[in-house]
Amino acid sequence: MSAPATASGARRWRRPPLIGNPFLRYGLYIGAVIYLFLAIGSVEVNWLRVYEGLDRGLRFVGGFLQPDFTSRWSDILRGISESLTMTVTSTVIGILISVPIGIGAARNLVPVPVYLICRSIIAISRSFQEVIIAILFVAMVGFGPLAGFLTLSFATIGFLSKLLAEDIESINPEQAEAIRATGASWLQLVNYAIQPQVMPRLIGLCLYRLDINFRESAVIGIVGAGGIGATLNTAIDRYEYDSAAAILIVIIAIVMAAEYSSSYVRKWVQ
Amino acid sequence: MPVTYRDDVKIWQRRAPRTKLAIWVGWLALVALFVFCWEVMTKDTIWAFVWDAPRQAADIGSRMMPPRWSYIDRLWQPLWDTINIATLGTLLAIVMAVPVAFLAARNTTPSTVFIRPVALLIIVSSRSINSLIWALLLVTVIGPGILAGIVAIGLRSIGFIAKLLYEAIEEIEESQVEAITATGATRGQVMIYGIVPQIMPAFAGITVFRWDINIRESTVLGLVGAGGIGLQLQASLNTLAWPQVTVIFIAILATVVLSEWVSAKVRHAII
Repeated sequence: MSAPATASGARRWRRPPLIGNPFLRYGLYIGAVIYLFLAIGSVEVNWLRVYEGLDRGLRFVGGFLQPDFTSRWSDILRGISESLTMTVTSTVIGILISVPIGIGAARNLVPVPVYLICRSIIAISRSFQEVIIAILFVAMVGFGPLAGFLTLSFATIGFLSKLLAEDIESINPEQAEAIRATGASWLQLVNYAIQPQVMPRLIGLCLYRLDINFRESAVIGIVGAGGIGATLNTAIDRYEYDSAAAILIVIIAIVMAAEYSSSYVRKWVQ
Repeated sequence: MPVTYRDDVKIWQRRAPRTKLAIWVGWLALVALFVFCWEVMTKDTIWAFVWDAPRQAADIGSRMMPPRWSYIDRLWQPLWDTINIATLGTLLAIVMAVPVAFLAARNTTPSTVFIRPVALLIIVSSRSINSLIWALLLVTVIGPGILAGIVAIGLRSIGFIAKLLYEAIEEIEESQVEAITATGATRGQVMIYGIVPQIMPAFAGITVFRWDINIRESTVLGLVGAGGIGLQLQASLNTLAWPQVTVIFIAILATVVLSEWVSAKVRHAII
């Protein structure tokens, strides 16, 4: 607490600053100001283009107020069914692959070489955006939901294995020791000591990933990997803002439904 | 614990027969759902392309090597743009998310009946639309360029920051707020001296975490024309310049690793 005297001699309390060291504090302030100056200076804005675009923006807002579900309904339905099936299959396959990798990436269960291999698989899967992976898969297997399925499965591995491995590493070691003391094999150890402890959280994580996979499935369509994103991209390219608004409303509704139901299921499981 | 008798011998089982059956049916339903989804999804798949994938992958791999390192000279400007999109977008999001968070938190909102649901709706709709989709919309509205990227990142981040922040506000210790109120402080003073110091560490952590995510997301915004290194990626992909794509991937990877390191350091220093 700093308490400098004021002119009248009375002591006045001041709030302590967030960063204690004054040099660091003012250095950071000055650095931030210089950075902002440079960064904002390098943003080139074509205000004429923005002004022209306002009209389109208004049309888009109008589209939201009067979404057009009917004229592209069959396309929307197709996109949604692709997105949903992609989400389900990729989540299931992703879980099946990521459970062994997650167990392999837990330091307290496996020898060092296995640990390192599994951790590097996780690192590779986590370091690239889904969209970039989707570009590569589209180049390999062609346009369509199969590329999206591969992308989402691959992305699921990095997410689930990492969190599962961290969960396994932070389990209560006494239970594992008790099972080990009975002379259990490694598989029995995993089955009776690890699995009951991590299962509730694993189910929660799987549901959460199902959620994420649906959201991502709406995006990777933009690069040709199928799903509702492709439909949305087409609608915007055709300047059909009312259809685009309808698609966005459908996406938001499904995401909200998935979020509420998954939080409900998680409460029920735990 | 269900126990059955067989030849007067007690046999312990983990679950009652009824529960067992229910679990079994559940698994069967899951498998059926999976098979059904797989059938629907692959009904238009051209399998010849899929079986060709390993050869394609090898082909692309061989084209990507060796990387055209000289191309990196043309990547510094896009990388700077990418970082600016993420940083300015995060700042934009903070400006908009803080009021929304205070309106959404149960203990600071002026009205739980009218204003809180609106704030929650803003949070949900911002969270459910990915930044790439925001960018797609904004590029058609305000034109291609960095500004569209910044606004897209900003709009996407509002929901994230506001959600975590309002949860932090709801978890504050009320006694400190009460103490400040007891001194006769105004509503604004209660907020500044009673609530803000309590949520400041959480706020800083959330912001840095989101900045880290935004760096990742802003690397691909250029694919739809919203500036940054994605523009170069799109151009290289369109011209099938795979050696350049490799360099771009490496640049993206380096940026992401660096930003993750920075955010881990900052969060470690704060918490």
